[in-house]
Amino acid sequence: MIRTLIETGGNAQQTIHGLLRRLLEEGIVDALMVPQRVASDDNVVQTLVRDPAKLAAMAPLAPVIPVTAARLASNLTMTGVQERIGVVMRDCEIRALVELVKLQQAKRENLFIVGIDCLGTYEVADYADLSRQGVDVVAEALSQAAEGDPVPHAGASFRAACQMCERFVPNLADLHIGLFGMNPDESILVGASEEVAERLGLEVRPVPDKREQVIAALIEKRTEERDDAFAEFHRKVNDIAGLQAYLSTCIRCHNCMVNCPICYCKECIFRTPVFDHESERYQMWAARKGAIHLPTDTLLFHITRLNHMVTSCVGCGMCDGACPSNLPIAVMFRAIGQNVQAIFDYEPGRSLEEEVPVATFREDELEGV
Amino acid sequence: MTEEPFEPKIIAFLCNWCTYTGADLAGTSRIQYPPNIRVIRLMCSGALDPVYVSKALLEGADGVLIGGCHPGDCHYQSGNYKARRRIAILKSILSQLGFDEERIWLRWISASEGRLFADTVTEMVAALKEKGPNPLKGAWDI
Repeated sequence: MIRTLIETGGNAQQTIHGLLRRLLEEGIVDALMVPQRVASDDNVVQTLVRDPAKLAAMAPLAPVIPVTAARLASNLTMTGVQERIGVVMRDCEIRALVELVKLQQAKRENLFIVGIDCLGTYEVADYADLSRQGVDVVAEALSQAAEGDPVPHAGASFRAACQMCERFVPNLADLHIGLFGMNPDESILVGASEEVAERLGLEVRPVPDKREQVIAALIEKRTEERDDAFAEFHRKVNDIAGLQAYLSTCIRCHNCMVNCPICYCKECIFRTPVFDHESERYQMWAARKGAIHLPTDTLLFHITRLNHMVTSCVGCGMCDGACPSNLPIAVMFRAIGQNVQAIFDYEPGRSLEEEVPVATFREDELEGV
Repeated sequence: MTEEPFEPKIIAFLCNWCTYTGADLAGTSRIQYPPNIRVIRLMCSGALDPVYVSKALLEGADGVLIGGCHPGDCHYQSGNYKARRRIAILKSILSQLGFDEERIWLRWISASEGRLFADTVTEMVAALKEKGPNPLKGAWDI
């Protein structure tokens, strides 16, 4: 992997757009999945582009994730393609993709991952509001890259998952675009294999030390915020009554599951007839307890989702954004997940080689269970 | 009128090849053990989704016993090892949610261990009597 700087001539966005366009033009990828602005200019959507002329509304830096690119990369590769597809992703999306590859829901060999340093993202509705107000959130974010401690637009906030995110620098990208510690008006960091660097005509230039310092400082700060959020969760939820209170406004829409990149099951047990009970059963249960909560099994839904996917939860926070009741689901999964993952010394998205804990076992482990 | 003594209700998920057969042996050998368990036979402990253990506990079961073949003896090679991971995950989650994970017992009991099966149930009933009823028993708002 070669790490170098490229000059931006005062326009980092255009430089990055040009770099992505060249991936298509040079045939490094056959197709490119990249966010583009919609015509109303208040949202971005992922697009799959084969014609470089159709990249005019490209917005790879737009600080919003309407749909996680990991899920889409799964759709684009799962049943096999010949093409090499470039996918533009943040690290949370890359980590979710790594989990999906290991769960055999995506094929890594078809993907050319373009990972961009993440300067924080807004919820979809907040991004739309800011865009409608004419705020240039991308320029704002870029202006903060050098100091490496991004703050949201005045009066707005980043997604809760981003506020406690300590993995904002892509780890497993084929082409890495670095912004932290850079002055984007002058230059940005690019990392690539020697072959790709040569095809893109990149010359090796030294990366300033400031970058690593800025990143280390932000990791430290975010880790503190993360630990505070985890402690707050465990303080609130230390018994089942606490969990009930935490989830009191859940309407059982399953949106958290639908939007979760890890919840890939085509037939989630909660969407099968397993929970369509016979009418007489409800009377039986109500008679036994005197009263029952309807719909049944709301708490069971969340506890089961924890059981099924928390070992692979990457903390992307798509569940938060999907919840109509604004329940803080992501911090629950991350806080509980941290301890569960520790049992297996597993970190979701860290490596393609480590097997997901629920798909493997060791003979000599967990003696006391 | 005196209050009836607390009799724990245990839901037991037993694998067909080992623990269920072990329970059968306990029966045919006329080994006595408390009648507090309700047995659900599975083909393998590795076939048990944690959703059913959670459901039993949320509905007020006082304990859940999962019985499988001894490590290395699984009829399907590795189902019990996978079950062990799933139960470890379930216990971690439930204990983090403030639920007493010791109400869940995972035990390896072979087809020839009728005595061990009876002893395990006896021991579990005693432990649950010590703990008292599942605090969620009778709660309507779960």
